[in-house]
Amino acid sequence: MGKWTRRAFLSAGVLAGGGLIVGVAVRPGHRTPGLAKLVENDDETLVNAWVKILPDNSVRVIVPHVEMGQGAHTAMPMMLAEDMDVDWQTVSIEEAPAHPEYVTSDIARDFVFPNAVPGLVEDTIRGAFIEISQALDLQITGGSYSVRATGVRSMRVAGAAVREMLVTAAAQKWDVDTSEVRTENSHLYHDASGKKAQYVEFAEQVASQKAPSLPTLKPSSEFKIIGRQDIQRFDIPSKVDGTAKFGVDTDLPNMKVATLQTAPVFGATVERLDAAAAMQQSGVHKVVDLGNAVAVIADGYWQAKKALAKVQVSFSKTEHDTRNSKAIFEQFKADLDAALANGDEKDDFVSGDARAALATATKVVDAEYQIPYLAHSTMEPMSCTALIDSSGENLSIWTGTQSPLGVRNALADEFDLDADKVTVENLYLGGGFGRRANPDYAIQATKLAMQMPGTPVKLIWSREQDTQHDHYRQAMISRFKGGLDKNGAAIAWENQYNDKHEPVEAPDIPYAITNKYIHYTDSASHVPFGPWRSVDHSAHAFFTESFIDEMAAAAEQDGFAFRRELLSDQPRIRNVLETAAEMAGWGDALPAGYGRGIAVHQSFGSIVAQVALVNANDKKVRVEKVFCAADPGFAVSPDGFRAQMESGIIYGLAAVLHGEITLENGAVKQSNFHDYRMLRMNEAPEIEVKIINSGEALGGGGEPGTPPIAPAVTNAIFAATGQRVRRLPIKI
Amino acid sequence: MIQITVNNETVVLDVEPDTPLLWAVREQLKLTGTKFGCGMAQCGACTMHIDGKPVRTCVTPISAVAGKSITTIEGIANSNGELHAVQAAWVKHQVPQCGYCQSGQIMSAVALLEAKPNPSDEDIDAAMSGNVCRCGMYGRIKKAIKHAASMTPTTVDANDDQSEEA
Repeated sequence: MGKWTRRAFLSAGVLAGGGLIVGVAVRPGHRTPGLAKLVENDDETLVNAWVKILPDNSVRVIVPHVEMGQGAHTAMPMMLAEDMDVDWQTVSIEEAPAHPEYVTSDIARDFVFPNAVPGLVEDTIRGAFIEISQALDLQITGGSYSVRATGVRSMRVAGAAVREMLVTAAAQKWDVDTSEVRTENSHLYHDASGKKAQYVEFAEQVASQKAPSLPTLKPSSEFKIIGRQDIQRFDIPSKVDGTAKFGVDTDLPNMKVATLQTAPVFGATVERLDAAAAMQQSGVHKVVDLGNAVAVIADGYWQAKKALAKVQVSFSKTEHDTRNSKAIFEQFKADLDAALANGDEKDDFVSGDARAALATATKVVDAEYQIPYLAHSTMEPMSCTALIDSSGENLSIWTGTQSPLGVRNALADEFDLDADKVTVENLYLGGGFGRRANPDYAIQATKLAMQMPGTPVKLIWSREQDTQHDHYRQAMISRFKGGLDKNGAAIAWENQYNDKHEPVEAPDIPYAITNKYIHYTDSASHVPFGPWRSVDHSAHAFFTESFIDEMAAAAEQDGFAFRRELLSDQPRIRNVLETAAEMAGWGDALPAGYGRGIAVHQSFGSIVAQVALVNANDKKVRVEKVFCAADPGFAVSPDGFRAQMESGIIYGLAAVLHGEITLENGAVKQSNFHDYRMLRMNEAPEIEVKIINSGEALGGGGEPGTPPIAPAVTNAIFAATGQRVRRLPIKI
Repeated sequence: MIQITVNNETVVLDVEPDTPLLWAVREQLKLTGTKFGCGMAQCGACTMHIDGKPVRTCVTPISAVAGKSITTIEGIANSNGELHAVQAAWVKHQVPQCGYCQSGQIMSAVALLEAKPNPSDEDIDAAMSGNVCRCGMYGRIKKAIKHAASMTPTTVDANDDQSEEA
């Protein structure tokens, strides 16, 4: 496990009833030169997490991350309880309120690079009222960060500090050396004298202590909670009996329900609006012009939906009204061609001289790949309930968001409110995948609530709106040239693609190819971009792991052996690759029409390799099994991590087999699950996951399972059929 | 006024006859365990039982179910509040992630096991492919259904140690 190297400042206080509350405040490391100055000026606290010991000696952990199925509400307390030596049976959790006290700034620091702000945090930062020095104040769940950042840097430290303070307090009272006091299951022991006490008995003494600045974390060999297979998630019981409350389940006295229709073409606005017929429908209260959309507020969803169909609305013309997908891809290609012709490529990763090496290569391989826009399609369509009081100053919203503080700031900014008077009540998220980092639906709900001060208004998007007004995974073209020498060794790698987002390292490769030139060109479209599970990794893993496979084939070498050779100075990645190959019986004979494909990719601190076993008989592609080896450093919650790998694979596979958002006359053509298909039970492969606890720094779980599945499957199709898939989704 | 029976209680609803059962149950009866996903019977999140059969209630007008007996996710535990075997198996196999689709998944699985107490993989695929799980927990759903099928309704212990599956 990583060593705690940052300075921590802790504070403690006594709770009513004799409990204890301890917070840990962490001074940030100065790893980003562009922001170091700001961080220095910003005086101390950037991360806060809290733990309470309650009067009955149970422990409550306050988690600054949202629960969207990834298990953060369970993994975070596991990490704290481990270092605090708490009886796991007594642990409960609550989600932190949307408040700057609970910022998760690690996600920003690790994403931020000079002169750029990642999309995921843009709304938090955009607020004009926010000083730039506060730009790191986030409370966001994304980037597969909960465990590896908050868990390591806050939860474990908080737990260890509390334990040390309790030991100190007990040693004083018992008049013994601290080294003679041990802790176990929320109790303190002095074995020599047979003394024993509950943690809570020392709560008051701890509250008056100065907290340790560098508490000692347990070595992994002493873990009793972290790494346990049998710990069940806190949120699951309520998710099997219908009692879990999601954003869309909000129910308030006198609440009204709204739904909306947005201008089909991004950027268009309401031009003419005739609400007369809609207002005559039963249960209708208001028809509201939202600028780029029209909404109906009614007693219930069905009434709102029916009335919406009666609204006569037309939208303004835009310059994009004739745009379609074909033209967008032609634009990408033309812009890439122009960049090459004019020599104005933007350098991304450069080493050696790829073009010179290509000129001398015995064999040059080239390929062009294409991927479409993708929608997130969370199972719960976007929804938010808003209530503004009659003074117009106090706003409350109830929703599921990946960024409670970002939403709070976005609303304060948009409506010129005091951020302290904006309350965000975050409920369970019916899927996030990056979509719920955007505050668009909360802003709309608030606009509607402002039409009816004192009355809560719940906005529910239809599935059609959700599909057609997402913030999409970027569509891309990626071109490669690879050079092989006379021995079939890879000597050159050139890659050109359109539009770079984050994480910045996504297009890079781990392979020892001396001459590497990766570059990109901006080619803007009118389709809004948003982070989609693993963001740029979902695209670049398909490109790079397909092309390395093409180079292997051109060199007449086995895809696994070719990669393995190029990973000789990357033992950790090579080990994951070898593990996946071994799990899959790589090289063993297969029936006719079957093929295996392999891919490995590192993202969000974890390395994942997958082998897909594909049956391509009967002119169909059936992914029968996926073998997944993953090295997250150490899996805090092994079953939870395994579930994240399974989930990431299915999410990625849905895109490989079906996912395609196309544009027609400037608008998204697909509308619901009949034409934007999801993966279903009958198409789901068996998945086998093997976790490698390498002991390296902790990596994420939510996203790293997604990137390798596309190339693993398309490489398997090549192995089975000889047909190279260079365009997603697969159309055979 | 339309009379229906929901989870063994008879209720009279004052809603427009074309109102989908889903919205009547969620908004009038305040039973929000059943979810809205697509509005066109494509995802199964809205699945309830009508006279014991699984039905997509987002496209089922309330007028079509007058006098019928409806069961929602809130109504499948037994009268002591003990989880149904399918629910207990869902906990044991830690099936839900975001959980939004799971009420519908469980209702489809309960109906499947009532019709076929020992379903084959093909039976499970056929009965469950109308329910989308965006978190992709199909493997766990399949395991949990088989587990529930192997037990009598009261013998699945959700708190069983899971380590044998590690």
